[in-house]
Amino acid sequence: MMYAPYLARPTTVSTVMFKVLAALLPAIATSVWVFGVGVLVQLALASVTALVTEALMLRARAVPVAPFLKDGSALLTAWLLALSMPPLGVWWLIVVATAFAIVFGKQLYGGLGNNPFNPAMVGFAMAIVAFPAQMAAWGIPHGPLSALDQLGWIFARELPAHLTLDAISSATPLDYLKTHIAPDMSATQVMASPLFGHFGGAGSEWVAFAYVAGGLYLLQQKVIAWHTPVAMLGALGLIAALMHLADPWYYSGAPFHLAAGATMLAAFFIVTDPVSAPVSARGRLIFGAGVGVLVYVIRVFGGYPDAAAFSVLLMNIATPLIDRYTRPPSFGAANRKRKEKSR
Amino acid sequence: MRQLYRFHGGIHPPEFKELSNGTPIVSPPLPARLVVPVSQHLGAPAKPCVAVGEAVLKGQLIACADGRVSAAVHAPTSGRVVAVGEADVAHPSGLLQTCISIETDGLDAWIEKTPLPNWQEADNETVRAFLRDMGVVGQGGAVFPTALKLGVSHLDTLIVNGAECEPFISCDDRLMRERAQEIVEGVRIAGTLTGAREMLIGVEDNKPEAIAALTAACAGTPIEVVSVPTLYPSGGAKQLIRILTGKEVPHGMRSTDFGVQCFNVGTLYSLKRAIVDGEPVISRIVTLTGELERCGNAEVLLGTPVEHLLAWAGVNTRCDGVIVGGPMMGFPLESRVAGVGKAVNCLIARSDTLLPPRPPAMPCIRCGACADACPAQLQPMELYWHAKAREFGPAQEANLFDCIECGACSYVCPSQLPLVDFYKFAKDEIWAAERDKKAADRARARHEFRQFRIERDKTEKAERLAARAATPAPAATPDAAKADAIRAAMAKAAERKADVAPPTEDAKRAAIKAAMARAAAKKAEQQDAGTPPKPALDDAKRAAIEAAMARAAAKKAEQQGTATSEAEAVPAPAPKPAIDDTKRAAIEAAMARAAAKKAEQQSTATSEAEAVPASAPKPAIDDAKRAAIEAAMARAAARKAEQQGAAAAEAEAAPAPAPKPAIDDAKRAAIEAAMARAAAKKAEREAQKGQDPQP
Repeated sequence: MMYAPYLARPTTVSTVMFKVLAALLPAIATSVWVFGVGVLVQLALASVTALVTEALMLRARAVPVAPFLKDGSALLTAWLLALSMPPLGVWWLIVVATAFAIVFGKQLYGGLGNNPFNPAMVGFAMAIVAFPAQMAAWGIPHGPLSALDQLGWIFARELPAHLTLDAISSATPLDYLKTHIAPDMSATQVMASPLFGHFGGAGSEWVAFAYVAGGLYLLQQKVIAWHTPVAMLGALGLIAALMHLADPWYYSGAPFHLAAGATMLAAFFIVTDPVSAPVSARGRLIFGAGVGVLVYVIRVFGGYPDAAAFSVLLMNIATPLIDRYTRPPSFGAANRKRKEKSR
Repeated sequence: MRQLYRFHGGIHPPEFKELSNGTPIVSPPLPARLVVPVSQHLGAPAKPCVAVGEAVLKGQLIACADGRVSAAVHAPTSGRVVAVGEADVAHPSGLLQTCISIETDGLDAWIEKTPLPNWQEADNETVRAFLRDMGVVGQGGAVFPTALKLGVSHLDTLIVNGAECEPFISCDDRLMRERAQEIVEGVRIAGTLTGAREMLIGVEDNKPEAIAALTAACAGTPIEVVSVPTLYPSGGAKQLIRILTGKEVPHGMRSTDFGVQCFNVGTLYSLKRAIVDGEPVISRIVTLTGELERCGNAEVLLGTPVEHLLAWAGVNTRCDGVIVGGPMMGFPLESRVAGVGKAVNCLIARSDTLLPPRPPAMPCIRCGACADACPAQLQPMELYWHAKAREFGPAQEANLFDCIECGACSYVCPSQLPLVDFYKFAKDEIWAAERDKKAADRARARHEFRQFRIERDKTEKAERLAARAATPAPAATPDAAKADAIRAAMAKAAERKADVAPPTEDAKRAAIKAAMARAAAKKAEQQDAGTPPKPALDDAKRAAIEAAMARAAAKKAEQQGTATSEAEAVPAPAPKPAIDDTKRAAIEAAMARAAAKKAEQQSTATSEAEAVPASAPKPAIDDAKRAAIEAAMARAAARKAEQQGAAAAEAEAAPAPAPKPAIDDAKRAAIEAAMARAAAKKAEREAQKGQDPQP
C-alpha cells in the first residue's frame, strides 16, 4: 500500500495540456477564417511531426512512450508553433521547425518538465534565423487563394496562372511599419494603410482577440496565473504609451503593440508555460514584465519585426535566477527574523 | 463577530465524514486480550511496573512515566498481566515496541479513583505531575505530554482545537456533540492553570451540531466558540492559531513565545476526567470508517487490537488494508494485531474503490499548484527537486523543516507526485547523517586516544627500565618505582606548559587541575576566529593527549592495573563512595578529556569545512570558519543535552505544543546544529564564489 496522502485531485498533466489545447480553438477558428485552410495544414503537419519526433526520441531515451505521448505536451508545442508560423509557409518549414523544437528544445534536455526554454519558441527562433525569406512571406488576410490552391502552394509552391507571389503574400503589419516609417512618413500615416485594420492588423487583430478569449478561459480554469500575462501586457503597453507620448511621429501607441503580431499569443500561451517560467508570483511578474519590455525593444530598435520568441527565450535564461531571488518567505519567517534580531 | 485570519493555501478534499458522524459513540465489547504499548506519547517510553502474572485493576498504573518528557500508562480494564515484551504497535515504522499484554477478566473492576479535587489550591507543579501520572497526552496526533504544555502562566489565548479538518475523521465531532459539558470543564481547568486571558474553541463550520452543543455548554462562561471556515489543514495547531489570532508561529519557535497555547478537545476532555473524576487515560474515541458494515465512533480501550475492532464493525471483503489516522497524514497499519494507542484517532478500512490509487507519476511541470496550496508558504516543487537530487543542504535552505507534512501539495499535484514522501526521505537522511557524524566523531576520538595510549605505555616502559638500570638499588620498592614514574610523567607534562603550577605533594590533583586549565585555555583559543585551522587541530590533539596523561596518572595512583578507559567511553557511570579520591580524580580527568574532545571536534569541523573547496581562497574564509566552529559548538551542546537527559531539562522554559514529528530538546538542538553547519557551508561557498570570477 502506498503512503499518504491517499486522496488526490484527479487533475493530471494531460488535463492541463488538453485544457490549453482547447483554449486555442477559438484562435484556430479565427485564423482559418482570416488566412484560410493553410492554417489547418500547418497544424496537421506540426502535430504529426511533433508526435513522431517525440515518440522516436522517447524510444531513443528508453522512456515509456505511451504515457508521454498521451500527456499532450508535444501536441501543444506543435500547435503553438504552427500558429506562430506563416499560414502559407512551405511544408518543410514547419516540419523542420517542429522537429527542432521537440528534439533540441525539449527531449535533449530530458523531456517534459526539464526544458529550460519554451520549445515552440526554440523552433520559431531557429526558423526565423535559418530561413528568413520563407518566414517573411505572410499570407494576405482573406487572400485570393482557394483551399486547393493553398494546398498546392504549401506543398508544391505552385500558383494558379493568374496570380503572382505579390498577390498572395505581404509583410506583416509590424514588418511594414518598421520598413516604411521615415522622416517624411509618420507612424500614423503608415498605419493608415488598410493592412493595419483597426488596431494591429487587418484580420490578425481578430485572431489576437481570440487568444484573449482562450486566455480568459484558462484563467477561469486556474490553469494559468494572472501574473505573467498582466505583467507582460502591462509593461509592453506602458512602454509603448510612454514612447508614443514622447515622439508620436516615430512610435506607434499602446493599442497597436498590444494587438499586433504575436503579443496576445505570447501573453496567454507562451509566457504562461510553467516549465520554462518562474514559479513564484513575484517571479512571474518580473518574468512577464521582462518579456514585455524586450518585445518592445526588439520590435522597435532591433533587427526583427516581431520579438516574442527572442524575448521569451532571453527571459527563460533568467528564470533560475529569478526563482532563486523571489522565493517567498515561509510561514512565520518574519517573526523568526524579528526574534533573531532581538537576541 | 470575531475577526478571523486566513492562512496561505489550503485545500478542500472530499470529506467522507458523513460515513461515521451520524451515529452516537458506542463501546465495543471487551476483547479477550489487550496489548498496551508503553510508548503512547512523545518522549521516553513509560517503565513497566507490573510483573507477568500480576492481577491488575482497571485504572491501575502499569507503567510509570520515565523522566519529565513522558507519561504514565494504566490498565484499561481489570485482568492479569500475561506478557511484558515486544509486540506489534500502530506505528509508521512497523517496528515492535514494548507492550504490556493483559488478559481481561470481564469484571472491568475499577481501582479506587484518585481525583484532584483541590487542584485550584495546588501549585502548578503538583497538578502537572498529577496529569503526567494520569497519562494525559495530546490526542490531536502528536501525543505530546499535556503536563509540559501547562507550565505557562499569563497566557494571552488558550486555543482549543476542535477543527478536525482531515477527511473521514469524526471522533472529535462526536465528542463535542455528546460531551460538550465535560470538554468545557476541561477548558476552564486548562485556562485557569495557564492564566489564559481568553479561551477560544475553534471548530470548522462543517460541524454545526458540535458548534451548537459547545456554544450551549459555554453559556455563562468566558469561553468563546468560534466557527472557522472549512479548509484543510485548519486543524494544524499553527494554522488554527493563525486563523484565530493572526499570529504566525514559525518553525523552531513555541507558540507560548507568542502567548498562545493550543490543546485538542479530546485532550481537555481526558484532562477533565483525570482531575475531576480521577480516571486515568485508558480509552479514547476512535473513528471506525471506510469499508465497514457499521461505520461510526467507538470509545475504545487502549490496547484493543485493531482486528477486534474491525471484526466488531464488520469488514467488507473489498477492504485491502487499514489506514491509521486520516487519508491525508495517516499511515498504513503493518499488523492488525497491534493495540490502539492514544494517538490513534481513526481507522480507515481502505479499498481501491474508496481511495483509488494514484495515476502513475509524471515529471514535475513546475506549475506551482503545490506552492499555491502549501499552508507553510513553502515552494514544494523546489523541495522536491532538491530531495530527489539528494541535495539536502539546499533543501534545508528552502526551509524543508518548516514542512508540516500535511499533504496538500501532493493532493493538488497534476503530475501526481508523492511529494511528502520525498520530504520525509530528505528529513530522515539529514537526521541519519547527523547521527552518523556524531558516531564518527566519537569513534575518531577513541581511536586517537588509543594510539596515544599505546605510545605512552611504550615510553613509560622504556623510562621505567631506564630508571631501574640507573638505580639498581634493592631498596627501591615497586611502589616507589611507580611513584617515580608518575613523577617523571608529571614533570614532562609540566615542562610542556610554562604556566602550570609547580608540582606539589599531591601531584595527582595538581596534574588534573593543570590539564583542565589547559583544556579550558585551548577551548578559549579555539573560539578565536583568527586561529589557523591546522595548528588548531594540533593544539586540540595535544590537549587531548595532555588530558589523557592526567587521567593516566590518576589511574596509576589508583594502584590498580584495571583499565577504566572502556568504562569512560560509556557516559558517566554513577560515582560510588568506594575509592573516593582516585575515582573522583578519574572522573575529573574524564571531564578534562571531554573538554579536549570538544575542542578537537571544533577544529575537525573547521578543517572539514575547509576541505570541501580544494583550492579555497584563504582570506575570505574567516566567516565560514567561525560559522563552522559555531556549528560544532552547537553540536557539542546537543550532545551534552542528550547526555544530561530529562534531569537538566527541568530548568527550561515553557514547553512546546510540539508540531507533528515533535522532537525533544536534544534532537532539536541537533537539528539546529545541522542547520548551523549548513549555514557555514553556504557562507563558505559564497566566500568562494566571491573570490572566483568564473561562474
